This record gives sequence, structure tokens and C-alpha cells, in this order.
Amino acid sequence: MINYITLTYQVSGDDFTRAGEASSDVKSKLKQMGVSPEMVRKVAISMYEGEINMVIHAHGGIIKVTISPHEILMVLEDQGPGIPDVEKAMQAGYSTAPENIRSLGFGAGMGLPNMKKYTDEMDIKTKIGVGTTVTMKVKL
Amino acid sequence: MTLQDLVNKNIFSISNLGDNLNLPVVGPYCCDLLSIAMGKAPAGSAWVTVMGNINTIAVASLTEVACIILAEGASLDDTAKMKAKDQNITVLSTEKPIFEAALSVYQLLNA
Repeated sequence: MINYITLTYQVSGDDFTRAGEASSDVKSKLKQMGVSPEMVRKVAISMYEGEINMVIHAHGGIIKVTISPHEILMVLEDQGPGIPDVEKAMQAGYSTAPENIRSLGFGAGMGLPNMKKYTDEMDIKTKIGVGTTVTMKVKL
Repeated sequence: MTLQDLVNKNIFSISNLGDNLNLPVVGPYCCDLLSIAMGKAPAGSAWVTVMGNINTIAVASLTEVACIILAEGASLDDTAKMKAKDQNITVLSTEKPIFEAALSVYQLLNA
């Protein structure tokens, strides 16, 4: 396995036709590297949720994925509106997604809970009007 | 039962055939909320839903379900259809309601 690799993705905002492309790309790269299917699924799901959040709430952002022999680190950074109440946002079922997003099948309030569930470590740094950085780690 | 076996039963119409037809189908899974399906859909399951948009294809790809079965006469929109082709996702469809579509899969598996 390659020792250390960093991938950077620009996620464009409000473009649902491309949402998920970054996660798909990471998924296929991890598969090629021989990472176990269970770990690939964890990374793909948590990153996709984060990517979708960026599109829905933050007009896009940047995702950096660092793959090392022992862990996969994902840093999702946006210049969106920030999260007013992180504790509330972490509750399953709590959602601020608008109606048009709900009609696409999202907005069930499971994004952040899913990200927490599928990663070993998760940290949210957010500032109103400045942006949000979500850091997630999956241990291999 | 492989996905090919399921397709061969001709109980579902074919919207797109992927490259995973030799995969065994582990069971039906029903959910229309993509964010829940994302976390819960078992890999290798036949996912029955009425949502036929591009995000359905992305969730199917990431969760590695065997196929999507669109129930209640739902169909893929044009962008979703292109994405399904592009990502080699098998998509079937039926006029049956969700429960009955899932039940047919279940009965085939337990026959």
C-alpha cells in the first residue's frame, strides 16, 4: 500500500448533479489500494454525507483526504453560514434542509449522525457567517 | 440467487443493467429517505424505493447495493439514467407498490 497520499476536491455548491463525485472518486481509489470493503464503505458514506451538506447548506467547499497506512483523514472546509447549534445539529432527525432538498430524499436529519456513526473521530469547528470545518478520521 | 437470476425472472422491467450481475442478492431493503438508506442499506441488497433521481444512483453506488428497484411505476429522470449507465448500476422497475415489490424478492430468495 502507498504510504501517504493526499487528495483535494473542490465541491461546487447547489449542483446536485455533481454531488457525490468526490466521494465516488475516493471510494474507487481506496478500493484500488486494497483497503477492506468495510472501511471503504465507512469512508464513502461519511464523506458523501459531508459533501451533500456542503452542497445543501454552504454553497460548496473544499475536501482534503489524506490516506496513510493506519488511518484516513477527511477535512471538509466551507465558507458557509456556520452551524448555530452543533449539539442540536448532531441529533438524529433534526434538520434545517429546505423543502426542495427534502423532495430529493434528503433532509431526514441523519447527515451528521451518520458521519459520527461511521467514523472513529469527528470534530466540528464552526463560526457563524465564517464557515465550518469538519474533520473525520477512520482508522484502518 | 444472483442479480442475473433475479433479472431473468422477468418480474421487473429493466431500466439499466450494470456490471454486477453475478453478485448474490442478500435480501430486499426498503427506504425512500436517501439519508437513511445511506446509513442502513445492506451491501448486496435489492433496494426498493420510489426515488429515481441522481442522488439515488449515488447512494446505490456508495452503499454497494446489488440493484435499485423502482416501485409504484417510478422511473429514473434523464440525468439519473445517464449516471446509472455511467456508474454501472443495475436499475429495475415495477408498477407494484414497495411492499409487494420487496415481497417478490423475499419470496424468490426463500423459495
